[in-house]
Amino acid sequence: MDTEPKFFETNPTAGVVGKPLNRVDGRDKVMGRAKYSAEFNNLPGLVHAVLKTSDVAKGRITGFDTTAALKQPGVLAIITHQNIPKLAKTPNDAEDKRAIGVHMGYLPLTDDQIYYAGQPVAVVVADTLERAQYAAALLKVQVAVEKPLASYEDPKARLFDPTKLQEGKTAPHVVRGSAQAAFAAAPIQLTHKYTHAINHHNPMEPGATTAHWEAPDRLTVYESTQGVTRTQKALSTMLGLSAEQVRVVTKFLGGGFGCKGSCWPHTVLTVQAAKFVGRPVKLALTRPQMFTSMGHREDQTQTLRLGATNDGKLTALIHEKTSTTSPWDNYAESNSKIVNMLYECPNFEASYQLARANVMTSTYTRAPGEAPGSFALESSMDDLAYQLGIDPIEIRLRNYAEKDPSSGQPWSSKSLKQCYARGAELFGWSKRNPKAGVTRNGRLLVGWGMATASYPVHNSQGMARARLYADGHAVVQSGATDLGTGTYTVMTQVAAEALGLPVEKVRFELGDTKLPTAPNSGGSVAAGTVSSSVYMAVQDLWQKLIKVAVLDKKSPLHRAKTADVEVKDGRLQLKDNPKKGEDFATLMKRADMADVEGNGQGRYGSGYEDAQTAANANPAKKDEAPHHSMHAFGAHFCEVQVDPDLGTVRVTRWVSVHGAGRILNAKTARSQIIGGSIFGIGAALMEATVRDQKLARYTNASLADYHIPVNADIPDMTVEFVEEHDPYINAMGVKGIGEISMVGVTAAVANAVFHATGKRVRELPITPDKILGTKAV
Amino acid sequence: MNNFSYIQVNSAKEATGYRQATPQAAYIAGGTTLLDLMKGNLEEHPQLVDINLLPFKGIEQTSDGLRIGAMERMSDVGEHPLVLQQYPAVSESLLLAASPQLRNMASIGGNMMQRTRCGYFRDAAFPCNKRVPGSGCPAQEGNNHNLAILGTSEACIATSYPGDLAVALAALDAVMTLENAKGKQRRVPVTEFYVLPGKTPQRETVLEPGELIVAVTIPAAAHARRSTYLKVRERSSYAYALASAAVGLDVQNGTIRSARVALGGVGTKPWRSPEAEKVLTGAPATEATFRAPRPRPCVGPSHATTTASK
Repeated sequence: MDTEPKFFETNPTAGVVGKPLNRVDGRDKVMGRAKYSAEFNNLPGLVHAVLKTSDVAKGRITGFDTTAALKQPGVLAIITHQNIPKLAKTPNDAEDKRAIGVHMGYLPLTDDQIYYAGQPVAVVVADTLERAQYAAALLKVQVAVEKPLASYEDPKARLFDPTKLQEGKTAPHVVRGSAQAAFAAAPIQLTHKYTHAINHHNPMEPGATTAHWEAPDRLTVYESTQGVTRTQKALSTMLGLSAEQVRVVTKFLGGGFGCKGSCWPHTVLTVQAAKFVGRPVKLALTRPQMFTSMGHREDQTQTLRLGATNDGKLTALIHEKTSTTSPWDNYAESNSKIVNMLYECPNFEASYQLARANVMTSTYTRAPGEAPGSFALESSMDDLAYQLGIDPIEIRLRNYAEKDPSSGQPWSSKSLKQCYARGAELFGWSKRNPKAGVTRNGRLLVGWGMATASYPVHNSQGMARARLYADGHAVVQSGATDLGTGTYTVMTQVAAEALGLPVEKVRFELGDTKLPTAPNSGGSVAAGTVSSSVYMAVQDLWQKLIKVAVLDKKSPLHRAKTADVEVKDGRLQLKDNPKKGEDFATLMKRADMADVEGNGQGRYGSGYEDAQTAANANPAKKDEAPHHSMHAFGAHFCEVQVDPDLGTVRVTRWVSVHGAGRILNAKTARSQIIGGSIFGIGAALMEATVRDQKLARYTNASLADYHIPVNADIPDMTVEFVEEHDPYINAMGVKGIGEISMVGVTAAVANAVFHATGKRVRELPITPDKILGTKAV
Repeated sequence: MNNFSYIQVNSAKEATGYRQATPQAAYIAGGTTLLDLMKGNLEEHPQLVDINLLPFKGIEQTSDGLRIGAMERMSDVGEHPLVLQQYPAVSESLLLAASPQLRNMASIGGNMMQRTRCGYFRDAAFPCNKRVPGSGCPAQEGNNHNLAILGTSEACIATSYPGDLAVALAALDAVMTLENAKGKQRRVPVTEFYVLPGKTPQRETVLEPGELIVAVTIPAAAHARRSTYLKVRERSSYAYALASAAVGLDVQNGTIRSARVALGGVGTKPWRSPEAEKVLTGAPATEATFRAPRPRPCVGPSHATTTASK
């Protein structure tokens, strides 16, 4: 797209898109009518499975004592590696793993090995949950225990340079320019280490699977997943079935944050258990099991070297990351990507080091890479600002990237300067004392900090179906997932506006592989891709009706060229003579059409122009790869108050301003930014899963001991969006906000803590022990 | 959780009778801590004896001080006018603990019987001398940033009582009334109710098998009326104390006449500090007094400490 495309014109005040509509599923949720995956309890003969997991982190299973467990009433099966039916494929084979498409390259119960604490070693099935739980407790596992490795920090751990990361999705070594030489020559040189604790996603709804074999070759799974299609692919491939034979349903999801982005072992084990006992089986992970079943954000150290001129312009960024991975996979969050693209800097280098330990594979965790990567970069940018006596916003403006430094491509849109300006205004940034450690509120130290946020628009595509009935009702469908963030609601809005119907007349259905395929709800792609699919499906439906109209002798549009007809608020009319036309209901009734259906594909990189001319689009142009770098941008502003005697840090004010393309619902979008910011505040101040360094087992796997923020930790938050019309990203111009809400948050808090105390904490979380000893300047 | 039988009793005699018949049975009141322990397979009881109907109720003024029945709920006690007026540290210690739902259920007696939050105790997969005597204590060199530094032993460094109420009660010289199977009552100061771990960390209190907590009595005192409970934690609510202090001062004409200090979260039991009280008593009630360096109250064997991120 070399020429500036035309916008699809919408009147932001006229339609329902963007309005703060209440959740269409809110009433069902608060009344308990919304069925989550562990609530399909009416299946015939449903029984319960629980996982027996390994106490130790390394060893070999030498046997089981099932005597006491099997004696318990109601126990139906104890399934171990010794008696579990064989699968067609397992991810233990690297090539099969790619075909299956799961995150972890080992499936428990495929052999006698124990690789990590919490690894499932048996599945116990009984007629009630309590009986299954007790039998699992009575089941004795005999293990030849070996000494485990706990992390990359273990002196015995062997660090290595991976040749591939994330199966090639992330380059383990990136060089742009000559960063080493530029750093050596830089008048300002900063070298700092940043560590990030292990974090767990901890969605409110745990992982849960209800598996129902309706016939020997027909399986339905009610699954707590961010993507029904990915789960369908994983299960069907492992079971040796066609995808068509496996149906996956996720009507409601109680959060995911990345941990439900892949199909994990407990899901296939439940399916196998259902086969084994010949009855529908339900399994819900316990809260402690959630810490060892669905991945985590890995323990990691980043070393960032920053070279700059005396007036604060970056000349070199060198980023090194060392982290723990599992015995089978080379996974690390791609921290370096944001370091490479956030600021104008001619020289960049990044490398990753891994060490294998006895842990499960870490996984995508809200803003994977961008969240910890921005902690390092945005803390160092703050250092640079203080060192040169330049305001933190000004230092960022001096390094403002007018195009993507990592690719050289222009931005599809970028409103970061407006985000800084509006955020600063809302926060009152101009009143900030530039000196650290001097602002007080009584006994408490007060600090203000800020940081930049950015998250890419990932390549994604999906499909939707829209069916309009002559009576003015519509059903719109896409196999997407609503993580609880409002997909049901915003897609209803998009469909209603495109159809010219009130939202009450539109029902949006999702979460079922029987529906048109949508992408995994991950990487912030769902809102943009699914909304575009819905929009395109409605356009397809209108084109079908236009064809009917122009052939209908009784239609005012008879003999018009289809290209000359447009649809506005449900009325088909001539573009240059809108008075000539009729509404869809009149046309459909006369033509004896009960309904009309359209299909649409939402694609990354398609612009508004494509959408507008979808009916007669040039196929060559449709597939044209976008030549723009597509990112959402934003800025977070944080005030903390620090107790210098007790070391406690409390966030007392918060402002986030983002430019993220079109916002589909002002209320759910605000909630999502608030949620992501709180996620980040948790990571900044309290969230840490602590692995015992000798036994490689977590010591605080509960929500009492793994602290996430409570309401009292969070002040009123101010959230605003800068209006953006991005013609490149997708038909709806939506960038997605699930992850950007968290990027930069930890740094904004750490920068505020520095401003309050003069103490730079580079080790997350910033707990009181790291603050104590602070001396006010 | 194991299978168990459940019986509700109406009298102390009946309750102790069941415990005599089934020594491994447990009393249950609010159940907020016991059920967690049983669900985690940390405790197994073949029988639960529900003591909620026992007449150990009432919050009343007596000649010995304020007497609080063991069956009273944390929220009722924390919000009681007499507690608010005369023992603010006790009220604060209750209302800063747990969550409203838990405080509505949890009894005063049960609160005193809370068990440690040490991660090695709370996960049956770990060795733990408190849970399985002789199995070892990985906390000594493991994740111990929220464990005890006072009163520790080679066998155990857990903050055996992780809660708040007993810290305030220890500071204010509260006395517990206990009743045994023979119906005989005895009085034990809160400071003596909990025992140091020594070589037997599985033994946490002086409570004899089957013995019931009847009541807690807090003497009236000027330092009790001017008392407070400070709780330091990583988040603002619903967290156990990293460290806490219950302090009562009787200040007259700017001079501290009497002082009571107890520490929570840092000792293997609620830690009364007579050393701190001695420094304070007779001193001017000024920031300089409070900030002056003072002798360490008591130190157990040293052990490595870690931070939250490791």
